[in-house]
Amino acid sequence: MSRLVIASIGPASSVQDGGRHGAQRYGLTVSGAMDRLSLAAANTLVGNEPLAAAVEIGPFGATFTAKDGAVRVAMAGAPRNADIGGRPVVMDTSVTLKDGETLTLGFARGGAFTYLAIEGGIKGELVFGSLAVNARAGLGSPYPRPLQAGDELTVDAASGAPELRIELPKPATGPIRVLLGPQDDEFDDANKALFLDSEWKISATSDRMGYRLEGPAIKHLHGHNIVSDGTVNGSIQVPGNGSPIALMMDRGTSGGYPKIATVITADVGRLAQTSAGTAFRFLEVTMAEAQEEARKFAQLIRNLPDRLRSSDTVELNIEALSDANVAGYAVSAVDAGTWQVTAEP
Amino acid sequence: MAATLPPPRLLPSGDSAVTVEFSRTIDDAANERVLALDKALAASPIEGITETVPTYRSLLVHYDPGKIGFDALGEKLLALASQPLPPATKARRWRIPVAYGGEHGIDLEDVAKALNTTPDDIVARHVAGDYRVAMIGFTPGWSYLSGLDKSLHMSRRQSPRLFTPAGTISIGGIQAGIQCLAAPSGWHLLGRTPVRTYQLHRNPTFLTEPGDRVTFFAIDHKTFEELDRAAEAGEIIAEQVVA
Repeated sequence: MSRLVIASIGPASSVQDGGRHGAQRYGLTVSGAMDRLSLAAANTLVGNEPLAAAVEIGPFGATFTAKDGAVRVAMAGAPRNADIGGRPVVMDTSVTLKDGETLTLGFARGGAFTYLAIEGGIKGELVFGSLAVNARAGLGSPYPRPLQAGDELTVDAASGAPELRIELPKPATGPIRVLLGPQDDEFDDANKALFLDSEWKISATSDRMGYRLEGPAIKHLHGHNIVSDGTVNGSIQVPGNGSPIALMMDRGTSGGYPKIATVITADVGRLAQTSAGTAFRFLEVTMAEAQEEARKFAQLIRNLPDRLRSSDTVELNIEALSDANVAGYAVSAVDAGTWQVTAEP
Repeated sequence: MAATLPPPRLLPSGDSAVTVEFSRTIDDAANERVLALDKALAASPIEGITETVPTYRSLLVHYDPGKIGFDALGEKLLALASQPLPPATKARRWRIPVAYGGEHGIDLEDVAKALNTTPDDIVARHVAGDYRVAMIGFTPGWSYLSGLDKSLHMSRRQSPRLFTPAGTISIGGIQAGIQCLAAPSGWHLLGRTPVRTYQLHRNPTFLTEPGDRVTFFAIDHKTFEELDRAAEAGEIIAEQVVA
């Protein structure tokens, strides 16, 4: 066994996995990674099951030190500068920390959450099948709370497997797709149009429970009190003040404000990675389109191992870099003059 | 009898869940149909359903669209929902101690003012109620109750509070509640109970089930402290009345 010691870490960082299923009927929400695709990509790089527990790192920086042996890790999700003792580490690749080495991560440059997966996963006590932190319910392992400086994760010693990179599809851009409902009939056509046609920004007061949306006030047809009913990840409820809230992974399992629309499964992670203050729009899709996208999204996660590449057979291709929108990492890597070492894709 | 039951509405909740809605209002008859459909699905599962969440007036059915599509699932759910209800089983009854007002119920005086009466009168009306656990939701153990006295029906707050304490006893709209954990809430806070409806390493982890009956009784703040310590140690301090 090795240890990964967290020397420093910002707020909104916690151990997350595929979530806790089966007890929503008792009010226990699923929690789990805000951006499942990035969690799955990081896990796939180190040979884990796609939704194994990893460290979800919020927008601020963090440092991790390997102790009692080497630790193999991989990062995916919100891009950020990272290095091991000055040697740059790029996103979407695996890397091995030798005993005593420290991985330093900077602030997220766009997006919010980066996933640090560890080969062999994180050791902890499963509750309802999950290690995911749900701070309100006092659940999560090894710590039932967000991570803090000084915390330690017990992990497997690095296997020595060759390092890999993963070729992810070009990040989707464009509006966040929604299905109207379940309570779209609590709003008139003008207010549904206002919701669909307006530009929205995510408020800085957002968290893993819900993203507050800043934009025009949406008016209800019959007031804002409905009898509480069930919620899902991506439910967009409209409270009395007219400012919609997109419910995220730590959402309440039920809520009593009318829900005008629901973000499609394939786009929940994209919404989660939208930085506070960034303008975006919604787009209504049909059930058939949304379910087709959900199936494609599940297939993408299942087939991630097919996208793994050896990390030392890469040729520098600036066009591909800018096409993949990762030129930002390239700059830091080039600046350090370590192309050959880090095998930037 | 079954033929007289109106079919539920199927409301899409995104691409991986559907709300089977039996009523728009709080209605014990609708709630019984919700719980009956939930039991029927547990007894004969439909391939693709991953989890069900009963609420006051609807059953939220989570499913995997890779296994079953919206239309096929909807058809099966409507067929099951039209089955006659099974005979009612006897309900458990819980007596829940509550410390009303002061720091434990910061909205009690405002509620009394809004309803042109005294805090004591609000407490008397709340204690007189005979409630039924219609659903558990929002946060672990939060028991939503039907049976709130009509004179206590009040609109929720315009903007929800970001923090309300563990054990909060509150009312919102036409609903009453027992809240287990600290959470955001738009309801009016009347008091606090030391009872934990959810406690991880206790058996049972979850105290209440939909269909249970509930009454409240007032305790002073000193008794609250004593019972709170006992509950923290894992004791079940809610009194169960066997009917």
